[in-house]
Amino acid sequence: MSIERYRDRTRINHWIVVLLFLSAGLTGFSLFHPALFFLSSLFGGGTWSRILHPFFGLVTVIGFFFLFMQVWRDNVWNKGDSEWMRKSPLLLRGDEDAMPPVGKYNGAQKAIFWLFATCLVLLLVTGFTFWRPWFADAFPIPVRRLAVLIHSASAFILILGLIIHVYAAIWVKGSVQAMTQGRVSESWARRHHALWAKEVSGEK
Amino acid sequence: MSSLQSLDIAARSATTTATPHARSTMEVAKLIDVSSCIGCKACQVACMEWNDLRDEIGHNVGVYDNPADLSAQSWTVMRFSEVEMPTKDEGSRLEWLIRKDGCMHCADPGCLKACPAPGAIVKYDNGIVDFIQEHCIGCGNCLIGCPFNIPRFSKKDDKAYKCTLCSDRVSVGLEPACVKTCPTGAIRFGTKEDMHEFAAERITDLKERGFENAGVYDPEGVGGTHVMYVLQHADKPELYHGLPANPTISPMVSVWKGVTKPLAVAAMIGAAVLGFLHYVKVGPLNSDEEKDKEEV
Repeated sequence: MSIERYRDRTRINHWIVVLLFLSAGLTGFSLFHPALFFLSSLFGGGTWSRILHPFFGLVTVIGFFFLFMQVWRDNVWNKGDSEWMRKSPLLLRGDEDAMPPVGKYNGAQKAIFWLFATCLVLLLVTGFTFWRPWFADAFPIPVRRLAVLIHSASAFILILGLIIHVYAAIWVKGSVQAMTQGRVSESWARRHHALWAKEVSGEK
Repeated sequence: MSSLQSLDIAARSATTTATPHARSTMEVAKLIDVSSCIGCKACQVACMEWNDLRDEIGHNVGVYDNPADLSAQSWTVMRFSEVEMPTKDEGSRLEWLIRKDGCMHCADPGCLKACPAPGAIVKYDNGIVDFIQEHCIGCGNCLIGCPFNIPRFSKKDDKAYKCTLCSDRVSVGLEPACVKTCPTGAIRFGTKEDMHEFAAERITDLKERGFENAGVYDPEGVGGTHVMYVLQHADKPELYHGLPANPTISPMVSVWKGVTKPLAVAAMIGAAVLGFLHYVKVGPLNSDEEKDKEEV
């Protein structure tokens, strides 16, 4: 028996955001540090990376917005999440039995979700202030200095979150399949998201 | 404008290894004596002529500054400031301070520090800071990094431009075009040491004439500059069309570019490695069904 976790629409949306963010991230990386400048070759050189980056970024945010609208309700924080977070070091040691049962998303997943949303908003807003040649001239230089700093800092935090997000998907077996094929096994649901499993199977 | 074989490179943007730099030359400087400038703009014309630049014809905005600002086609602009200065008998008098604005060629260039494109900005061994436009990606970081608000973008090619201190002329032993043309000798060029000596003479002169605060402008905050001014009122450089008293690279640029970014890259790589090691140590989280499968 398997349970549907993500509808077609959600999965396609997720992977479109992945591809767009990958492009935005790689072009951004190439301008982040000289050691990563070689990544600009993937997009046709430094100038093309600079031209494309803001467009990739903008469509990533638009794509994420549609994803956000689909899943934000399931990511509202509740008391159980705080307790789960307190106990999360146990989970990191591999002791899932010690964890309180969770709904569709656990505390860490929710935290990552809100982190992504916050960072993307910061990236969007600050990015406009130094988007050459169209918007940058409208903002005073001190504003742009601060904006570049916030832009890179939020990208850095977003990517740390992303590493956690990707690792968790690899760590918790059956999760990648949930996002590629949309379905999870019943035992996966009971094991990792017991309250959600109950909910979808109609038990109360 | 271009990378010159006859000038060795002391620093290169977005480059973490040593620059080709086996030889070393004397540090040069341009000295602009504001007190001898008559505002004729011959330097602007010489700059246009040598560098083959033609700005659009602008509009009179009510001051003598023409063009009204630096641009990709105007690498130097005379800035006219009318100020009322107190006199010894407690009256005041009008002074016309005319400053030739343009790149200061900082020893510690904020533009170079902020630039993410390898080799798009270089500092030659003689101190000249040059934009190598064919490597410029048009991001605008140089403008953010510059403490003097100098670089300007061309609408034609989206690349940044500024005064080159006539690096092409200097590399073959000529003085910059503006120096060559200046009819009053207000602009001089030579080794930085010589320019300081010359400035000292001018300052003694000015002090004798009653300008007690005359001095040379070679700000420490950017490691000194390779364009220096003799100012009648060196205690108040802001009088000269907002010349900053203490220019420094904004900490938002220097700290972030200097220390934080390599650490951030290390942290991101570290996080990924940590994840991998965690997997090796703790192993995957399985649901029972998979455990069962494995046991079978």
